[in-house]
Amino acid sequence: MECNINLLQMFGYQFMQHAFEAGTIVAVIAGIVGYFVVLRRSSFAAHALSHIGFSGAALAVLIGVSPIYGLLLFTGLGGVGIAALGSRAANRDVEIGTVLAFMLGLGVLFISLYTGYATEAYSILFGEILGISWGDVLLTLIVSLLILVVMAVVYRPLLFASLDEDVAEAKGMPMLLIGIIFMLLVAVATSIAVQVVGVLLIFSLMVTPAAIAQRLTKRPQSALLVSVGIALAATWVGLFISFYEPYPVSFFITSIVFILYLIVRLAT
Amino acid sequence: MDFDPLADAMHRGIITASNVVVGYGDKIVWRDASFAIGQGEFVAVIGPNGAGKTTLFRLLLGLQQPISGTIEIFNARPRRGNPRIGYVPQRHLIDSETKIECLELVRLAVSGTRWGLNPFSHDDRKTALNTLQAVGAAELAHRSLGALSGGELQRIFLAEALVGNPDILLLDEPLSNLDIRRGQELVQLVNNIVRSRNVTAFLVAHDINPLLPFLDNVIYIANGKVATGKPKEVLTSESLTALYGVHVEVMRDSKGNVAIIGTGTEDHHWEESYGVQH
Repeated sequence: MECNINLLQMFGYQFMQHAFEAGTIVAVIAGIVGYFVVLRRSSFAAHALSHIGFSGAALAVLIGVSPIYGLLLFTGLGGVGIAALGSRAANRDVEIGTVLAFMLGLGVLFISLYTGYATEAYSILFGEILGISWGDVLLTLIVSLLILVVMAVVYRPLLFASLDEDVAEAKGMPMLLIGIIFMLLVAVATSIAVQVVGVLLIFSLMVTPAAIAQRLTKRPQSALLVSVGIALAATWVGLFISFYEPYPVSFFITSIVFILYLIVRLAT
Repeated sequence: MDFDPLADAMHRGIITASNVVVGYGDKIVWRDASFAIGQGEFVAVIGPNGAGKTTLFRLLLGLQQPISGTIEIFNARPRRGNPRIGYVPQRHLIDSETKIECLELVRLAVSGTRWGLNPFSHDDRKTALNTLQAVGAAELAHRSLGALSGGELQRIFLAEALVGNPDILLLDEPLSNLDIRRGQELVQLVNNIVRSRNVTAFLVAHDINPLLPFLDNVIYIANGKVATGKPKEVLTSESLTALYGVHVEVMRDSKGNVAIIGTGTEDHHWEESYGVQH
């Protein structure tokens, strides 16, 4: 009973409602896209994309629009760029890292030019889900539906190209196109996930749940479900705890997935 | 009228090459290759590292074009995605952490080229199971890829390549990580497939001896040149001396195994192979 009262009390606040709505959508998308990020060993590329997104978000703040637009634009361009490096982009650490550092530098410049509050930079870096607006939730929903549709279309070729690149290429699959579509999916997923966990903690939703799922399941479909389940559980529990404790949501989310990862890592 | 074996082979050949030159940019890998391979033949592709054995496969797969000369498969130029070819690439390592089961990989050989979800179609699963059975790997269907031995993995890759009943199999160094016994088992399996399905198989290998009892033809690539023919025609001191351009001795033991002495190229071709592969 007490629990029910608590939940009612919590959802009585509109910012908590929005946080749960956006958090749920983001967890589903991050869990799905993240599975392919882990399968393709592109976690560094995903990490880099979120940092490239930082400068976009900072620029958006500077010119007075919602950070999500800057994120989408910059990660989108960055994603196509990384994919164009070729199918072995996962190994291009130095090139990707060089661009990453440059973009972070640009982001710092934009932030310093911005005369408003430093909290904007802080929320881009570490996420600020409790401050999410209804407009942002709606945009997140639309963008996520788009990701789901594209993912449904490319699912099998993407899985094939990720698991067995050489055979897929010999069978005539358009590897560059698949690579570009995938990096665009990562770009968009990263952009919306930044709202929840921020640029620096993107791994906790995009990589760790999928990495756990991959250790637990033998079939891609089940891995996707487990990955989404873990991302959802971490986000919900994190939000729930943060309602009662004065610490950031992203701290709870990252801690939950980290502990799960440790347990699975030690047990398997 | 004289019987011309080459003209006869060209006539019945499903894969023919005439005066083919291949390379990457300015660097020529090998030149003047002419051969004809017929339906249902077991062909070994032999030669030192970096000689261009994988390049031959890239040519047949349509992933690379010859600099000059013509190569034809079923009277047509090689093209990417030819469903009549099954391919097992050379794999240096398999991610030992991957938990994905074998069946899923073989299924993707059936349906991985289809766009869009087909939630009601399970034909790929059935085809994959049948193909696994055909290579004697039905019991591996639900094992993780990362947990398989080298020999088991090669069976799975073979099943993946056999999906869709191709007429031609290209197997790139399937024996490289196998011990002698597992290697022999795999060669037997490939031979059974060649004979029972009338498939033409090209198998790249370093050591020809495990293959010798089964081979119809040998493609020997070395020193930028290609020699083809029956094993006993190609594996002679005269033919290999002409190929390498230095004196080479072919010796045979009592069981018919050959030892090729005097090539001296095994080691220094190694570094080149990296540049040539991709």
